[in-house]
Amino acid sequence: MTAQLSSKDRLSPHGDAFYEHLIQAHEGLSFDQSAAFNARLILLLANEIGDIDTLTTAIQNASNNEG
Amino acid sequence: MPRYKNVEYPFVVPPELQSGAPGKYPVAIVGAGPIGLAMAIDLALQGVRSVVLDDNNVVSVGSRAICWAKRTLEIFDRLGVADQMLEKGVTWQVGRLFHRDKEVYQFDLLPDTEQKMPAFINLQQYYVEQYLVERAAEFSDLIDIRWLSKVVGEDAREDGVTVHAETPEGPYSLEVEYLLACDGGKSGVRSRMGLEFAGHTFEERFLIADVEMPVAPFPDEDVHERWFWFAPPFHNGQSSLLHKQPDNIYRIDLQLGPDADPVEEAKPENVIPRIKHIVGDKPFELDWVSVYSFTCAKLDEFVHGRVIFVGDSAHVVSPFGARGGNGGLQDVDNLGWKLSSVLKGEASPALLETYNEERRHGAMENIKHSSRATNFMTPKSKMEAVFRDEVLNLAATHPFAQKLVNSGRLSVPCSLEGLSLQTPSSSDHDIRPGMACPDAAFQHDGEDIWLLNQLGGEFIVLTIGAAAKGVAPQGLKELHIDISTKRAGSATDQNEAIKRRFRENMIYLIRPDQHIAAIFTAEEAHNLVPALHRAKARTELEAVQ
Repeated sequence: MTAQLSSKDRLSPHGDAFYEHLIQAHEGLSFDQSAAFNARLILLLANEIGDIDTLTTAIQNASNNEG
Repeated sequence: MPRYKNVEYPFVVPPELQSGAPGKYPVAIVGAGPIGLAMAIDLALQGVRSVVLDDNNVVSVGSRAICWAKRTLEIFDRLGVADQMLEKGVTWQVGRLFHRDKEVYQFDLLPDTEQKMPAFINLQQYYVEQYLVERAAEFSDLIDIRWLSKVVGEDAREDGVTVHAETPEGPYSLEVEYLLACDGGKSGVRSRMGLEFAGHTFEERFLIADVEMPVAPFPDEDVHERWFWFAPPFHNGQSSLLHKQPDNIYRIDLQLGPDADPVEEAKPENVIPRIKHIVGDKPFELDWVSVYSFTCAKLDEFVHGRVIFVGDSAHVVSPFGARGGNGGLQDVDNLGWKLSSVLKGEASPALLETYNEERRHGAMENIKHSSRATNFMTPKSKMEAVFRDEVLNLAATHPFAQKLVNSGRLSVPCSLEGLSLQTPSSSDHDIRPGMACPDAAFQHDGEDIWLLNQLGGEFIVLTIGAAAKGVAPQGLKELHIDISTKRAGSATDQNEAIKRRFRENMIYLIRPDQHIAAIFTAEEAHNLVPALHRAKARTELEAVQ
């Protein structure tokens, strides 16, 4: 069974503030350090979500959107 | 050859040059741009005389500020100039957003038919200034615009300011109670006073080109669109913007990067090929080109004793989100009634301090939004660019990502909730104290009337529903709208537009700038008088109660 990701915008009205904070967290980091930061952040968020079906769907969604 | 022909306003020899003695006025305004002119009109509506001094004798050269938001149009309407602006201005309806060679999404802005003003119009700054000059001329005994009077110095004292001006026929001085510096981002008043203008300068350079096109570049001639590209293939990976102004003029904005040579980039031979990439084979003619970089900065204090900074002289932002001119007009709206009350002796100078409090709050909000938009458009590291591109990538399929795409957050009215003039409200009503009162139509004897046209210029108590009727304290005007009956001869809500936005049996105390100072239920009507004192910064009276 695969979960559905929320089609709703759940970040609103804080989307811009979140994005600004995320980008600021990368300031002063090298590209490799930034990649490591991203990995830590994804792992923390994954644990926060917890639900394995949701995580599997999110991984699939991210793969499908490869540019 | 620019399409708009600037009128040269005549130099009139000021009376001070003839008499040799300094003229005395309540207010001098430095700068006859949109802010200075609107300021003079707002003061004149309150019966306050002013002299407007400008070093030039024409309105804006080049289109400059072109996007005027709903709140600004409501302010212009209160000043009596919105009708012409609406008639001349254009509104884009469809927005398309592109990333590289793909359209990511489009949106259709449906007009809100329950409000008089559209979300915004596009109108060149020279038209806005021209209409304001014409309106100011209707107050010939209250507004004295002095073209070619360049302010070169000001001696500020505790009780007033001596203003020194130079003209083609010699210098003169004025004695005024207050000096309003509406002299723009490079304010001469600000630099002579040695005030720090702290902020962040962005290194990116942008090119603005206005082109005249007899045939619209859009698929449907009659539907105006706004096109925004992130990393278009035709422009070396940088952002671009296209939207329409009146007279078949199209504004094209091109990000050039930090190393661009402004003189070189503005040459027609470099501008024209870029425009061809955007508009294709359709014919066009260059009207105006300007290369600019920008700063987000503000003064620490907008009020310096008898000298008050208004508009760009107090704060500057990047153009994304149209928060420069629109932010400045909200300054005017905020200061007009406060300064008039102080000059008439109805309020203490403490009220001016709340202009400082409220508009610094507005400026910080505008700087925050325009900085975020600029950062989104100009990633400064490889990782930032990766995030930006992947937001755009997900935006085609995920609504949350679409919301993160930031090509400018259009100016919305600033809420003054939580600041000192507003009485806090514990209700769960989505209309809050501090908000600009929303517009809506109601009916009087079968005729549609716009609510905002009935508000402004003075404190007014708006009461909705029979239980709230007649609560206004003596000397305060009440506007009552009955939402339950359809009785002839009174203000009624036949289309239920008032009911949809406001609440029955509620009392709204509306400031002269149409912002809401307090909201009460009918049972709380006794709180109106203290709320009114608070809204006029009468702290000594508040202490008594």
